[in-house]
Amino acid sequence: MLELRQITKRFGDVLANDNINIVVKTGTIHAIVGENGAGKSTAMRIAYGFYTADSGEILVDGQPREIKSPHDAIALGIGMVHQHFMLVETMTVAENIVLGAEPGTNLALDLRSAGAQIRQLSEEFKLAVNPNEPIEHLSVGQQQRVELLKALYRHARILILDEPTAVLTPLEVEEFFVILRRMREQGKTVIIITHKLSEVLAISDEVTVMRDGKVVGRVQTKDTNAAELARLMVGREVLLRVEKPDAKVGKAELEIRNLSVTDRTGAKRVNDVSFEVRSGEIVGIAGVEGNGQTELIEALAGLIEPERMTGEINFEGKNLHTMSARIRRELGIAHIPEDRHRRGLLLDFSLAENSILGVHYRPPVAALAGGVFLDENAIQRRAAEIIQEFDVRPPNAALPARALSGGNQQKLIIGREYKVNPKLLLVSQPTRGVDIGAIEFIHRQLVALRDDGCAILLVSAELEEVTSLSDRLLIFHDGRIAGEVDPKVATLEEIGLLMTRGH
Amino acid sequence: MNLCNLWITNPEMTKLARELLFPLIAVVAAFIVGGILILLVGDSPIVAYRLLLGSALSWPDGIGYTLFHATPLIFTGLAVLVGFRCGLFNIGAEGQLYIAAFATAWVGITFANLSPWLLIPFCFLAAILSGAFWAAIPGVLKARFGSHEVINTIMLNFIAVALVSYFVQYHYKVPGDPIMQTSFIGEGAHIARLGKFVPGFPERIPLNVAFLLALLCCLLVYLFLWRTKWGYEIRATGSNPSAAEYGGISIGKQIVLAMAVSGALASMVGINEVLGYRYRYYDGFSDNYGFTGIAVALLGRNHPAGVILAALLFAALQHGGIYVDGFSEHVTKDIVQVLQGIIILFVAGEAFFKWLVGRRFSMQRLRA
Repeated sequence: MLELRQITKRFGDVLANDNINIVVKTGTIHAIVGENGAGKSTAMRIAYGFYTADSGEILVDGQPREIKSPHDAIALGIGMVHQHFMLVETMTVAENIVLGAEPGTNLALDLRSAGAQIRQLSEEFKLAVNPNEPIEHLSVGQQQRVELLKALYRHARILILDEPTAVLTPLEVEEFFVILRRMREQGKTVIIITHKLSEVLAISDEVTVMRDGKVVGRVQTKDTNAAELARLMVGREVLLRVEKPDAKVGKAELEIRNLSVTDRTGAKRVNDVSFEVRSGEIVGIAGVEGNGQTELIEALAGLIEPERMTGEINFEGKNLHTMSARIRRELGIAHIPEDRHRRGLLLDFSLAENSILGVHYRPPVAALAGGVFLDENAIQRRAAEIIQEFDVRPPNAALPARALSGGNQQKLIIGREYKVNPKLLLVSQPTRGVDIGAIEFIHRQLVALRDDGCAILLVSAELEEVTSLSDRLLIFHDGRIAGEVDPKVATLEEIGLLMTRGH
Repeated sequence: MNLCNLWITNPEMTKLARELLFPLIAVVAAFIVGGILILLVGDSPIVAYRLLLGSALSWPDGIGYTLFHATPLIFTGLAVLVGFRCGLFNIGAEGQLYIAAFATAWVGITFANLSPWLLIPFCFLAAILSGAFWAAIPGVLKARFGSHEVINTIMLNFIAVALVSYFVQYHYKVPGDPIMQTSFIGEGAHIARLGKFVPGFPERIPLNVAFLLALLCCLLVYLFLWRTKWGYEIRATGSNPSAAEYGGISIGKQIVLAMAVSGALASMVGINEVLGYRYRYYDGFSDNYGFTGIAVALLGRNHPAGVILAALLFAALQHGGIYVDGFSEHVTKDIVQVLQGIIILFVAGEAFFKWLVGRRFSMQRLRA
């Protein structure tokens, strides 16, 4: 049994954990849910010795224990698998697993005995991992199992998993849940940190809900449902399904014919793709990440050199092929990028300065002295409008974008891109890392824009999101369109198969 | 405590405090370490520092020469700053200012008989265009081929120095003159020394109009970077090139533009030197201005106002160093180099101070 008793942890003036109590029973799967910044990762990092609590105590099997470092945690049988894997790509599975706990004498590394041990563990939990395979040859799902093995190899009895399904395909999630259940059968205790309610309901025995650094609910999974969990997480009623009227489809805005895109190494990332997006509809693209969606969107936004593309991209009858990103924006194409930190924001710039990116060079923003000088009043007005209409918090245009939470950063970007009244909106992963409350808001905004006659191309790794928002759904596999389905009737299984097998 | 609360709660104040505090700590810490070194060689730090700083504050010579020495440092500090703001490290200000100084001297000699109304603008144009051109070369190389500007600007420094020396030695030196210098420029190209306008300020001190231009350039650089669309694009590129590209900004253009502006600012050192001080090109005149400019920009936190303060400090040290050399027993003017070095070391170690001070701040906040 693992018990966190009256744990408090402060970072500067943020109270990350406020006198929290969490009890995890041995041999159960325990979910810890909450929005970003609710303090769930902090709590678990305290249990794993990454942080030390300001006050409170940790009990393992009823005994108060001092866990000052991950080393102490491992010694007590606590293991943790992080959201971002910590594996050395070029080394083999066995080498990665023993890293930091190398068997043998100081000079000679005894990989053979380790290999045997890993094989045995792998069989016991049916992980199907070959110890001699280099990590770079493994799929993401397999890499995750290596991370599990790493913990098991160090005799972990309590496994803490931080957002383990974020990187997995629907099929891999199923397999992963099978592994977790098998671990529970073998007497292991599993703690899973997540914000996906469907998974909580599918896998866990008990749930602890956190909000604003406090524990706000402790429930048996069989006694609860998604609506109740969402309400506990957000603190108010949340609309989980997107309500949208039927699409009023107009003319084709974007027509793509036989588009292929290669990456810098010359490998084809998008392969002979043709489709169109009409005004007033949302066309969704579902697919496992890394199957060419990123390259497709960047090619449409003008962020890929023309030499790397073949085929035709027509927007309102004009061929976009050699047009710069700036000209495409002027034509009425807006873009909400998948990676807001890398693409979407100037993190060190103020919200005001961020609110003009893309229109900074033309009136009304650049209006003084022949359009050379920026009009500070116009910038402030624009920022204030976006902040107000899109509920960006805290509402202070002078703050650097870095200071905002992920959801508010995303609202800022969406507001900025809406402000240009786009005819075509390219959206990638609009709600990644965004809280449930903000997700609801963002979804409603997308539907409203569609109803105003904008053509929207939506890429998302969240199957539920892309199926509930889209009017038509294309499934991407290996750079090709593996199929088109009607999102109203298609089942998740059907889509999942197209995503992973391509037919 | 009240003061502390004010500083913590007001974001503008904390920002200003942060901007001022760390350079200040760096300078004070450098003087403390320097003082220990002076003690170790057997002199009194108080006496040495009084010589060093006292001499820089005397009227009119101390102040005059300090401002004169500060002039090139403001220009090179601004040059490095503009590069930094675009994410570029221009180590080539030294080469750029040599090329520009020679170009302006060449115009001043070749067209010596023109009226000042034409000659001075020509001389300015020659300096600015040649400096901007020399700096744009590594800019273009980076934009087109991705070759690193640090390597290319360093290489171009050597080429610039050698090229200019060649011209002086074989083409523009007065025959029989043992010194590596050109003949004089036409009188029409001279820009006025401040002694001409400032009552009680002797004209023998070479402080000239270029100093006022340096202050003007600080204002212009500020307006350019923070008030124009071009400045926005340069800063966006420096802050996050991927996001800038996404916002429809051409990264390559910004790199070339920023380098050219940087080179143009460095070239103003040539104006100060040739048109305002020696009235000829004197080979090897630069006292590492281009490199000290890096330190000035760093200490000045890449802000024009900071550059003025940092340039004044370094100029005062440079001027005071001569007095330390002359009047103290053991300490030589090398102490100036030592102090500058330590200041840069501490500025670079800012992360450490931030951690230290940040901890103090948060602890006070907890108690409050």
